[in-house]
Amino acid sequence: MTQPQTAIAISSLTKTYANGFQALAGIDLDIKRGEIFALLGPNGAGKTTLISAICGIVQPTTGSIKVCGYDSVADYRQARMAIGLVPQELTTDAFESVWNTVSFSRGLFGKPRNPVYIEQLLKNLSLWDKKDEQIRRLSGGMKRRVMIAKALSHEPEILFLDEPTAGVDVELRKSMWAQVRALQQTGVTVILTTHYIEEAEEMADRIGVINKGRLIVTESKDTLMHKMGKRQMAFTLRDALQAIPPALSHYALVLTEGGRKLTYTYDATQNGNDVSDLLEQFKTHHIRPTEIDSYRSSLEDIFIQLVEA
Amino acid sequence: MINYRGIRSIYAFEMGRTLRTIGQSIASPVISTVLYFIVFGSAMGSRIQTMDGVPYGAFIVPGLIMLTVLGQSVSNASFGIYFPRFTGTIYEILSAPLSFIEIVLGYVGAAASKSIIIGAIVLTTAGFFVPLHIAHPLWMIFFLIMTSVTFSLMGFIIGIWADGFEKLQLIPLLIITPLTFLGGSFYSVKMLPPFWYQISLINPVVYLISGFRWSFYEQGDVSLMTSVTMIAVFTALSLVIIAHIFKTGYRLRK
Ligand SMILES: Nc1ncnc2c1ncn2[C@@H]1O[C@H](COP(=O)(O)OP(=O)(O)OP(=O)(O)O)[C@@H](O)[C@H]1O
Ligand SMILES: [Mg+2]
Repeated sequence: MTQPQTAIAISSLTKTYANGFQALAGIDLDIKRGEIFALLGPNGAGKTTLISAICGIVQPTTGSIKVCGYDSVADYRQARMAIGLVPQELTTDAFESVWNTVSFSRGLFGKPRNPVYIEQLLKNLSLWDKKDEQIRRLSGGMKRRVMIAKALSHEPEILFLDEPTAGVDVELRKSMWAQVRALQQTGVTVILTTHYIEEAEEMADRIGVINKGRLIVTESKDTLMHKMGKRQMAFTLRDALQAIPPALSHYALVLTEGGRKLTYTYDATQNGNDVSDLLEQFKTHHIRPTEIDSYRSSLEDIFIQLVEA
Repeated sequence: MINYRGIRSIYAFEMGRTLRTIGQSIASPVISTVLYFIVFGSAMGSRIQTMDGVPYGAFIVPGLIMLTVLGQSVSNASFGIYFPRFTGTIYEILSAPLSFIEIVLGYVGAAASKSIIIGAIVLTTAGFFVPLHIAHPLWMIFFLIMTSVTFSLMGFIIGIWADGFEKLQLIPLLIITPLTFLGGSFYSVKMLPPFWYQISLINPVVYLISGFRWSFYEQGDVSLMTSVTMIAVFTALSLVIIAHIFKTGYRLRK
């Protein structure tokens, strides 16, 4: 029944809201078991809609979603059992205690009480000393951790984090990343959305870029950065160069700073020999770099490039 | 497969919400009952003496209970489901492995339970003012439960339909309250001139109060079977609307 390698299989998913707005325009996506998948996209791209459709909050218009092999509509019970969701908005029952609200979540999923598990969960999320506190008395960052505890209360195999670190300070963000990695170690599949590209760069195994309801690209992070990334090398020259020698014209070279700086832009997908070839050529033409700086584009550059294309 | 634990969680959560505000939950119906007794029971009762052969103070007890139970059922159930929709915490209910029927059982069950408890409290309070006599306790309990459940279902429907707090108040204010006041809580509709009597028979609440009063004093404005049939019709109607919401996902799932 269960395909061991695929946690979520989405095919031809579309969603048109009641007002006629099409938020998802045909999504095909497979999430692998045990991976951390980051969904990147600008505001209104459809990230939350996609997650909501998988979790049963939004009814898909067409297409199918399978969670651990179970259809999200026909076998919704099994499908939803496998999922924990931390939504984008901080919505909590203000007057409930931390302990009660987390136990309540577990109950909703039909799981028998397990105080030992809940205790460990709260300890892992540094919420144990707040267990009897009313949620309204917690700070924003603590509330978000309560939401995570709720999502994990029924021991799901898949965890959705919709912008888990929005409005969270750097320190807490780092600690949340560590917690997510620890979860991955226990075999949980994590799908997160984020606007912080550094977060995806730091965390994700694979990245999906979504814009206007379409997945523009789904790649492993390394492939994506390799494929899309531009690399540059800037050579500071000992002797100013009048012009680029014609023999080097097939290299993408730009001469600046009165002939003292030579910048070479190259594609990471091409053969790595280029640079050493170029250096050979420099020797032949008596070009002597005193300094070499190299740059590679960040995921942010790639993202902007993709979305604006 | 039924998610019993899920239903129980919603039920317990809703009952817990009531317990947290136990003071106001009980105080307000008790206080209004006492006020009704002072105004209607004592002030008017001293003039009216008996109604359908029942002392006036005792006569209004079933109507008073119904008045409270109807109002409480609608407001508890509508608020119970509207509030999580309003705050957004409904996401958790929707993403849980719960069928719509299970969600309804949890919320409506809790709202109805609360109404039944409050009905019992009002009955007890009334016992301090007038000697109570219940001719058919089982029928009394039947009417109390059916009314609580049916009107909690209606409240649930209102809570799903409403998209603002004004709308949440609108139906209780414009429909439920007038119907209960004109439904013979404090008088027998038979006392009305024939024309108004006929008009009153359109009012569904008349049948509820009549049946309920019959279970106390074997006196009703309409026959017992008419009352039972009418409450069955309401229950069926509410269930049909609930089924429609279930099929279309109306306003619950986007
Ligand atoms: N209930 C709704 N009815 C109509 N349109 C909606 C509804 N919910 C969302 N949308 C629209 O669908 C589009 C996608 O919204 P969604 O919330 O999925 O974006 P997102 O990628 O999560 O954005 P953000 O990064 O801002 O959270 C937006 O244009 C939004 O206005
Ligand atoms: Mg979003």
